[in-house]
Amino acid sequence: MQFWIIQGLNSLSLGGLLFLLASGFSLIFGLMRLANLTHGAFFMLGTYFGATAMRAYSDLSIWTVAVWAGVAVAALGGLFERLVLTRLKANPLGQVLVTLGMSFIISDACLALWGGDSIPVPTPRNLQAPTRLFGFVFPTYRLVLVGCAITAAITLYLLLERTRLGAMIRAGVDDAQMARAVGIPVSNLFTIVFCLGAGIAGAGGVLGGPILSAYPGLDGDMLPLALIVVILGGIGSLLGAFIGSFIVGFIYTFGTALFPELAYIILFLPMILVLALRPQGLLGRQGA
Amino acid sequence: MKWIAAVLFAALLVLLPSVAGDFYVNLASQILIAAIFALSLNLLVGFGGMTSLGHASFLGVAAYISALLTSRYGFAHGPAAIVSIAGTTAMAAVFGVIALRASGLGFLMITLALSQVLWGLTYRMSNVTNGDNGIAGLTRPMPFGLSLDSAASFYWFALAVASVSFLMMTTFVSSAFGSSLKGVRDQPRRMAALGFNPWMIRWITFIYAGFWGGVSGLLYVYYNKYIHPTSLSTTSSAEALLGVIAGGSGTLSGPAVGAALVLLLKNYASAYVERWNMLLGLVFLFIVLVMPTGIVPGLSKLLNLRRGSR
Repeated sequence: MQFWIIQGLNSLSLGGLLFLLASGFSLIFGLMRLANLTHGAFFMLGTYFGATAMRAYSDLSIWTVAVWAGVAVAALGGLFERLVLTRLKANPLGQVLVTLGMSFIISDACLALWGGDSIPVPTPRNLQAPTRLFGFVFPTYRLVLVGCAITAAITLYLLLERTRLGAMIRAGVDDAQMARAVGIPVSNLFTIVFCLGAGIAGAGGVLGGPILSAYPGLDGDMLPLALIVVILGGIGSLLGAFIGSFIVGFIYTFGTALFPELAYIILFLPMILVLALRPQGLLGRQGA
Repeated sequence: MKWIAAVLFAALLVLLPSVAGDFYVNLASQILIAAIFALSLNLLVGFGGMTSLGHASFLGVAAYISALLTSRYGFAHGPAAIVSIAGTTAMAAVFGVIALRASGLGFLMITLALSQVLWGLTYRMSNVTNGDNGIAGLTRPMPFGLSLDSAASFYWFALAVASVSFLMMTTFVSSAFGSSLKGVRDQPRRMAALGFNPWMIRWITFIYAGFWGGVSGLLYVYYNKYIHPTSLSTTSSAEALLGVIAGGSGTLSGPAVGAALVLLLKNYASAYVERWNMLLGLVFLFIVLVMPTGIVPGLSKLLNLRRGSR
């Protein structure tokens, strides 16, 4: 019983982490039809920023670090989008290659700057004490992470559904040409969305740090997880990314615990199953 | 003119070991292997319009099967090669069914995800694959009792395989089936309306490309006598894709030229620069932004312009 509850909680926290990773990817893919393969590298960059900042200044709160890392990564993403990606509109192959090239550059730069050893990120001091719930002992930080994901989901939902910016983004997703025709600055929106997506990945990287720690290859580990979440949940659907994150979180955690060697395969079975029955993903729209 | 040039080029290729030292002969063998691999990827990317980012799976799986069978289970090279190619082709059939549920970017994401799984498996299943240590101490086969241990003999072997594969892939592309493939790439709906089955055409191409990817994987493991999970990594798929794009996707010789360039760049750059991955990334940016159609189409356009002005 203890095993199931503890692993269930681990699944929830991994799901939360995955949502922080995949929501930005889903947002960018949904609006721009751009498979941003730099997303894993943005996440890793956030983790390294977090590790460095929190080791250098131990009194910094993880929330401050996450915000600043998010802003820094968002700025980097914005520059990349403005300088490079705007030249490659309507050239998906070019976009893929360029984002892949950028991810190589970032991960190699991280290796050059931070070396090949993994750098642990300390758990915030005020969250180190375990929480007791129904007679079980849980690591508090993992619970907090789930809270972060839910907060991020609600914030993103409100941003997309209740604000003018969100309305313009949705219009751009549905019909970019028509949106342009009615005077929505779609290319500026693209930049904003790209910054937003990259920023969430950067901040998510900081928040995931205490669980994952910063190491070379983190980007390559996270990118496929983001892909699976988005394929599973449905491309461009925020709710889909949310549900997909927790499904993948559960499968990965229990898969690793029960069949350590097969975790990777088990992870892909639901994706294959969903694709076979619903190629557009659980909550994806037909023809999207 | 074209004939003479082709014969001269072929003669040059065959006679290379008698004029060049072992270092260059070995480099040429590697280029041949990379060229087969890039050509097989180009069947998908250039002629099928299916951008795969997981093609290294086929190379890696073929290499791993052969390595495991010969080193661990005492297979002779012949049967091991057959099982390895058959296994890789079967895997391509399964991967094709999964990946072809989607098209365009979805296809790319699924192939990427699938290849990452295999990469992860080769790392994690260390009791089978030796994980990060790779499998070392492999041997080269002895076809018809001929030893392939010298640089020249392996080069000729690779050249023979590469020639066959180049011919077979060229025939495939210029056949009626190849035309229908290009039709499906450009006008899938029209092709479907004409009674073709786009899915089936794509699937067969995917399997065929997987087959030749497997062949290049066998040569790869014979050449290196060693296999490591990085052979299946995204970087390895991406290098091949870069070769295809740099040389000119959808052309017959472009990918081979591109693969050669990437390999030379890698060999020479790694002697001077430690950061090969960063350089690779920068080359990506440069090629995509400056030479989007690739080197071979670019050059032939240039030549045609010259001829036209004469």
